[in-house]
Amino acid sequence: MAKTPVQFRLNGSDRAAFVDAPETLLNTLRRGLGEFAPKYGCGQGTCGVCTVLVDGEPVLSCLTLSVACEGRHVETASGLADGPELHPLQAAFMDHFAAQCGFCTPGMLTAARALLAKNLSPTRDEVIEAISGNICRCTGYEPIVTAILAAANAPGARRA
Amino acid sequence: MATMEMRKDLFADERDDNLNVVGKGLQRQDMPGHVTGRTRYFDDHGFEGLLHLKIVRSPHAHARIRSIDVSAAERAPGVKRVLRGADVPVNKNTLLSLINFGKDDEPSLAVDKVRYKGEPVVAIIAESEAQALAARKLVRIDYDPLPTVFDVEEALAPGAPTVNETYPGNYFEYHERFDHQKLRFGDVERGFASADIVMEHRYQMSPIEHAPTETNGTIAAPDQNGRYLVHSCAQGLFFSLDTTAKIVGLPSNMLHFVGGTVGGGFGGKVDSLTEPLAVLGAMMTGKPVRFVLDREEEMLYGSPRGAERIYVKDGLMRDGRIVARYIRSYFDAGAYTRLSSYAAIKCTAHVPGPYWIPNVASDIHVAYTNRCPSTAMRGFGVTAVDFALEVQMDRLAEAANMDPMEFRILNAYRDGDMKPHRRAAKNTALIECVQVAAETANWPLSEQARRQTSHTGGAGERGQVPATVIDTKGQIGRPDTRAGTATQTLPAGTMRIPLSKQPVMDGSRDGRAAPTQVPRYEQVSPAITPPAPPPYTSSPYQSTTSPPASQLPPGPPMPAPVPPPAPAAPTQTQHGAVRFSSVFGTRRR
Repeated sequence: MAKTPVQFRLNGSDRAAFVDAPETLLNTLRRGLGEFAPKYGCGQGTCGVCTVLVDGEPVLSCLTLSVACEGRHVETASGLADGPELHPLQAAFMDHFAAQCGFCTPGMLTAARALLAKNLSPTRDEVIEAISGNICRCTGYEPIVTAILAAANAPGARRA
Repeated sequence: MATMEMRKDLFADERDDNLNVVGKGLQRQDMPGHVTGRTRYFDDHGFEGLLHLKIVRSPHAHARIRSIDVSAAERAPGVKRVLRGADVPVNKNTLLSLINFGKDDEPSLAVDKVRYKGEPVVAIIAESEAQALAARKLVRIDYDPLPTVFDVEEALAPGAPTVNETYPGNYFEYHERFDHQKLRFGDVERGFASADIVMEHRYQMSPIEHAPTETNGTIAAPDQNGRYLVHSCAQGLFFSLDTTAKIVGLPSNMLHFVGGTVGGGFGGKVDSLTEPLAVLGAMMTGKPVRFVLDREEEMLYGSPRGAERIYVKDGLMRDGRIVARYIRSYFDAGAYTRLSSYAAIKCTAHVPGPYWIPNVASDIHVAYTNRCPSTAMRGFGVTAVDFALEVQMDRLAEAANMDPMEFRILNAYRDGDMKPHRRAAKNTALIECVQVAAETANWPLSEQARRQTSHTGGAGERGQVPATVIDTKGQIGRPDTRAGTATQTLPAGTMRIPLSKQPVMDGSRDGRAAPTQVPRYEQVSPAITPPAPPPYTSSPYQSTTSPPASQLPPGPPMPAPVPPPAPAAPTQTQHGAVRFSSVFGTRRR
C-alpha cells in the first residue's frame, strides 16, 4: 500500500511520517514517532487512555486518522511540563495521589488540561464531565477530581 | 495527605514505635514518571522490524479438532510464520508446576481438542497487525463439537462430559487422595444436633473480569549472546520468566525479562497469557515479536476471577453463639487449573471467618467446566467466601434476634483461640474493629458490647483442639464415596491430621478400574499435651459460653484401636518450608 506523507507539530516541534491511509494517530505517534505517552487501551474510543490535544481540543487518537492531522498541532502529556518545571496539574496529581498504576494518567492530564485552558474555575461537576471519557481502574476518581480542582486554583494553571 | 491512627494498644508487639513511613504521607518514587508520561510499560518500546502476533481462537466451548489447514494463511501478504501446537516445545503446562503443585494440563496452542470458547489454536506472525488479522481469517479448522458442561455441580455429577482429560472426573485432586480439600475440627454433626437453630444458605458468585486499562501483552526480541529480551506485562516477573522458559524449552538464563511496571493487573497478569508465544515467535522468526491482546480478547478470554458456589450451614444457639459451621464450596476453574487449585487452599485457610466456633468442617471443590479458565484476582478464594459468611452472619443475627454488630462481637476470635487449622489466633482485633466502626457510624452498642476486648476471654478452653471426626469421603476416582460416613475420631489435642504416605494408586479413575487401596490416615498418638493456656480473664459473655466440643459427652466409640506411639507432631511454624508444604500438602510428606 502506498504510504502518504504527513507533517504536524508535536508538542511544539515539527514531525513527519509516512503513514497508511487508515492508520490512526495513536499508531503513528507510538510506532512511527516513538511518542509513548498516549496509550492503547481499547482501540474503540471508550477508555480515553489515548487522549491527545489537536489544536487544543481533546481527541481520541485511536479513532483519529493520522492524515487528518496534517499541518495541525498535536499535544500529549509529554508536552505538559515546561522543561524541568512541572505543570500545576502534574504537581497536583502527585500531591493528591491521583495515580496508581499510572496507565490512565497521561490521558487524564490531557483531558484536564483542555478543561483548564477554557475554564480556570471549574465546578466539581464540570471536572467530572471533563474526565467522563477517561476510565481509571485502580485509584478511583475522587483523588483525580480533587487534584484537578486543586490545580485550577494554582498559579500557571492555564499555561499551555 | 491523610494520616492514620496507630492502635499500639492492640499491636504493641508487632510494630516498632518509631515508624518512619507507616501512617505518614510519603511521595511515591514512580509518581514523577506517571505524571510526565515517561513511565515505560511493556508496549512503550520501539523495535526496528517489529512483527505482530495474533491468535486464531476456538469458536466452540468444547470440540474435537479434526484438522487444521494453515496453508492459505502462510501464503498471505506479510505473514512471516504460523505457529501450531506442534511448534511449542513443551505444549502442556500448569502454572503451579513451578512449585510442584498439580499436573500439567494446559497447552499453549490446542492440539486435539478445544475446551473453552476462545482457546488459542493457531498463532499468526506478520509484519503488521492488519496483515496478521487478515491472515487469521484464512486458517481453516475443522471441529467436531462435543457435549458441554457449564455448571460446577453438574460437572461433578456422574456422566458429565470430561472437560480436561488430565482430570477425568472434572475435579482437581488434593493430596493424591481426595476430589476436594478438607478441613475438620470437632464434630459438626453433633454440633448441629445440639443447636437450637440450624440454617443453610446457598451463595452464588459471578466471574469477574479484571479489565485492566492496559491489556495483556509482551514484546520479545532476540538479544545479544543468543538471549531474548522480553518486555512483559507480568505481575510476577520471575514467575512468568520460569513459566516461559519451561514452555519454550530454554534455560531461564537465556531470557532477560524487563517489567514490573504494570498498567493495572489485579491478578489478571499472572497467567503468562502472552509471554511464551511471543518468545517462541522471536525464536522462530529471529525478529522482535509483539503479542498484545486487544480489548475484546482481554474481556472475553483474559482469565477472570472464578465464580464460586458456596453453601454455608450453621448451628446456632438462641443466645447467639454459633456452635457448628460446615461449608461446602465449588470453584469454577473453567477448562484448566491455572490458580484455582490454590484458591481453594486459601478458601480453606479462611474458614470459618474471624469467629471462634467449636465445630468446623469444610469441603472445598475445584470443578472443571467448559468456561474460560479463571485465575487470581484480589483475594481470590477469600473474597467470595467472606461475602457468603458475612451475609450468613447477618441472617444468623436476625434469627437470634440480636444486633448484627453485637452478634459479631459475641462470636469474634479472641487472642489465644484455637483456629480449625490448629494455630492459635494472635493479635486479634475484630472486636475493636466492630467497636470503632459502630462508633464512627453512630451505631448504638450496649455497654456490655463496648466493654469487650480481644485481649481477654479467649484461650483457655477455647484454645484447645477438640476431638475431631474425620472421614475418607470423596476419594479420587470414587464418586460413590462422596456420601461416606465418619471413619475415625482423633483425640482432643491432635495438632495435625496425618495422612499415610501411600496415596491412591495411579490409574484409578472414574469409569475405570476401582482402586485396590483407599486413602487412609496415619494412626495418631492419643495425647499430645497442648501448650499451657495463656492467662484467662472472664468476661460477661463467658458465663453463657458453652463447653467446647472436647468437653461434650463422649461420642460414638472410636472405630480404631488405641494406636501405637507415633512421633510427636512437629512444632508449629509460622514461616518457611514447613508452613508452605503444609499449605500445598503434596510436598515433603
